[in-house]
Amino acid sequence: MHFDLTEEQSLLRDSVTRLLKERYPFETRRKAAASPDGWSREIWKAFAEQGLLSIGLGEETGGYGGPVETMVVGEAMGGALSAEPYLATVVTGATALRLSGASQALTEVAAGELILAVAEGFSAERNGDGWSLSGTATSIPHADCADQIIVIANDGALVVYVESGKLKRDAHRTFDGLRAAHVTAEHVAIASSEVLAVDAAGIDLAERVRQHSIAYIAAESVGLMAMLLDVTVEHLKTRQQFGQPLSRFQALQHRAVEMLVALEQTRSMAIYATAALDEPDAAERRKAFAAIKVVVSNAARLVGQQAVQLLGGIGLTEEHRVGWGLRRLTMIDLAFGDADEQAARLATLGGFVAPA
Amino acid sequence: MNLTFSSEDNAFREEVRAFIRAKLPAETRRKVEEGRALTKDEIVGWQRILNTRGWAAPSWPKDAGGPGWTPVQRHIFLDELHQAPAPEPLSFNVAMIGPVLIAFGSDEQKARFLPRAANLDDWWAQGFSEPGAGSDLASLKTSAIRDGDDYVLNGQKMWQGMAHRADWMFTLVRTDPKAPKKQAGITFLLIDLKSPGVTIRPIITVDGRHEVNEVFLDNVRVPASCRIGEENNGWTYAKFLLSNERTGIARIGMTKRLIARAKGFAMKSAEPNRTRILERAAMLEAELKAVEITQLRLLASLKQGAPDPRSSILKLKGVELRQAAGELLLKAAGPAAYEFAYEDEQEAPFDIASNFFTLRGASIYGGANEVQKNILAASVLGL
Repeated sequence: MHFDLTEEQSLLRDSVTRLLKERYPFETRRKAAASPDGWSREIWKAFAEQGLLSIGLGEETGGYGGPVETMVVGEAMGGALSAEPYLATVVTGATALRLSGASQALTEVAAGELILAVAEGFSAERNGDGWSLSGTATSIPHADCADQIIVIANDGALVVYVESGKLKRDAHRTFDGLRAAHVTAEHVAIASSEVLAVDAAGIDLAERVRQHSIAYIAAESVGLMAMLLDVTVEHLKTRQQFGQPLSRFQALQHRAVEMLVALEQTRSMAIYATAALDEPDAAERRKAFAAIKVVVSNAARLVGQQAVQLLGGIGLTEEHRVGWGLRRLTMIDLAFGDADEQAARLATLGGFVAPA
Repeated sequence: MNLTFSSEDNAFREEVRAFIRAKLPAETRRKVEEGRALTKDEIVGWQRILNTRGWAAPSWPKDAGGPGWTPVQRHIFLDELHQAPAPEPLSFNVAMIGPVLIAFGSDEQKARFLPRAANLDDWWAQGFSEPGAGSDLASLKTSAIRDGDDYVLNGQKMWQGMAHRADWMFTLVRTDPKAPKKQAGITFLLIDLKSPGVTIRPIITVDGRHEVNEVFLDNVRVPASCRIGEENNGWTYAKFLLSNERTGIARIGMTKRLIARAKGFAMKSAEPNRTRILERAAMLEAELKAVEITQLRLLASLKQGAPDPRSSILKLKGVELRQAAGELLLKAAGPAAYEFAYEDEQEAPFDIASNFFTLRGASIYGGANEVQKNILAASVLGL
């Protein structure tokens, strides 16, 4: 048991952090978020050139790395408030394709030429050799610009891979500054060649994709929270009120310490997630991800809200990254179910501790 | 990065588990399981059983008479004790004074005290706090004046856990009242509690238990050979001791046991109470899982003998969860937990309420939560 990164993983961390620092400072990020796409094609190309879009795709398609490498990248993306569709495309989308053996498209993902989204909440009926798909999925991240959409229907019993043009998409911003679309299908014909998985295999696939997403947002949260804590501590040291720096006030120091504790709890869960993805026992894996999301959600609320409180009014402005951090952490709190919902789920699964 | 235990670690776990299963007295196990106070004989007996195997002082290196375990092995050992459940070796002896003797004691002090501390031939108490020196420990007033080969001590110590069972007390005293900083005038002494002039009085706490005491020192003579390290350098050794104390303080196994019992009551409750308790328990279980991993991360990064201020995170979060679990158990038990008995009376049918009140002290002793936050603010955040 150890918690160190390998040399290659450390190099990856340094290079992605450097890339984002040099090519994606906060002003660039703000401009990208305000552009029609809501993110930067230019930095996406740089991600492809650095191999960041090949992580976790599997060696047979020229990919490399696994959960730990994805965690390292997720943390850096969080720290830079990246608005790019990394989670939708490289984590959830590509994972769905890889796990269902549809790896032809993965080389396009690696090259930065294919944007994916995953939309859940449809129903489908048998229609000859294929299926007829109907339903609406609300506010699906990056579905507005996705070339292909992985659609999860019938609670996972049918997972299909369709051209996004086949679905009606109602594009909009989300409150975290990212882009999304409501995705609607009305009796859309699905050919058998578009099916990724059915029945138990589909249900398992849908669950694993959710778990990969939770693992990624745990890592993204670590980066975000560390950034917010840095900015907050710096502010406390420099901002003068009542003739002294804010850092002299114990009430404020203690709030910052609560942020630190929440960050470390989240970091532990992001690390735990990398191991839990490989847990062979599905029931244990389910429990692990419910617990991971409980901690991430609790910490996300605390850190986002405390950072804004400690920054004062300035943290609430559009110009300041702390406000954007609060927005993204609030979305992370809610995504895939908040702490209450996931705790209820963990309880239903029996929890970790047997009753005595 | 690898979160799985190695096959050697798993084999070690099996070895520990088998030993505990074979050797732990049933009555001791029952009492720990139910959160009841143990007698002195039960605590000494179990520690001596561990000592026959060389396991009484898990954190000590081999050349000091410990097992020389890796941090991961120490974690596994404690985890198995908690799961059994078995009492931990007496922390005053093996987690507090032991490491101080190993790091700062003279060869003669090590030879004299370490083997007896491991075997619990000497029961140690902590003599730090005073009526006027709690969180602000460095303001302590107990005076020690050099007289020939001895120090002569006068003053009052307070909150000495288990001092009524103790043979020796490690103590902070003021040797230089004129030092420019109050921390600079403090010396670390070892006091034989059988010395003339020592009076120990019980303090009964809200949990109905006699655990802590007041210790009065009236012209008590302590030989200079019982001083740790240098005169007026005691604060350094005390900080080292307190930081060690915090690393093991998350007490995850104890929290798990409280949660397990709360869930046990929940399973017997009707809806909607049952679901409500189980969901609250799940919230604690999730946070506890994170603390467990934080503890492993910290252990893995700890260098032998080097205190790490981040251990305060474990104390803060560990105590918060333990108190919450104790409170959940109290609520889950309902009126069954109302009946109360003092420790010196007959065994109470439930010790749940008593434990709940005992746990209120956990955020006060070992450095109050607010002190832990001050430490983290200063030394980790640089505030």
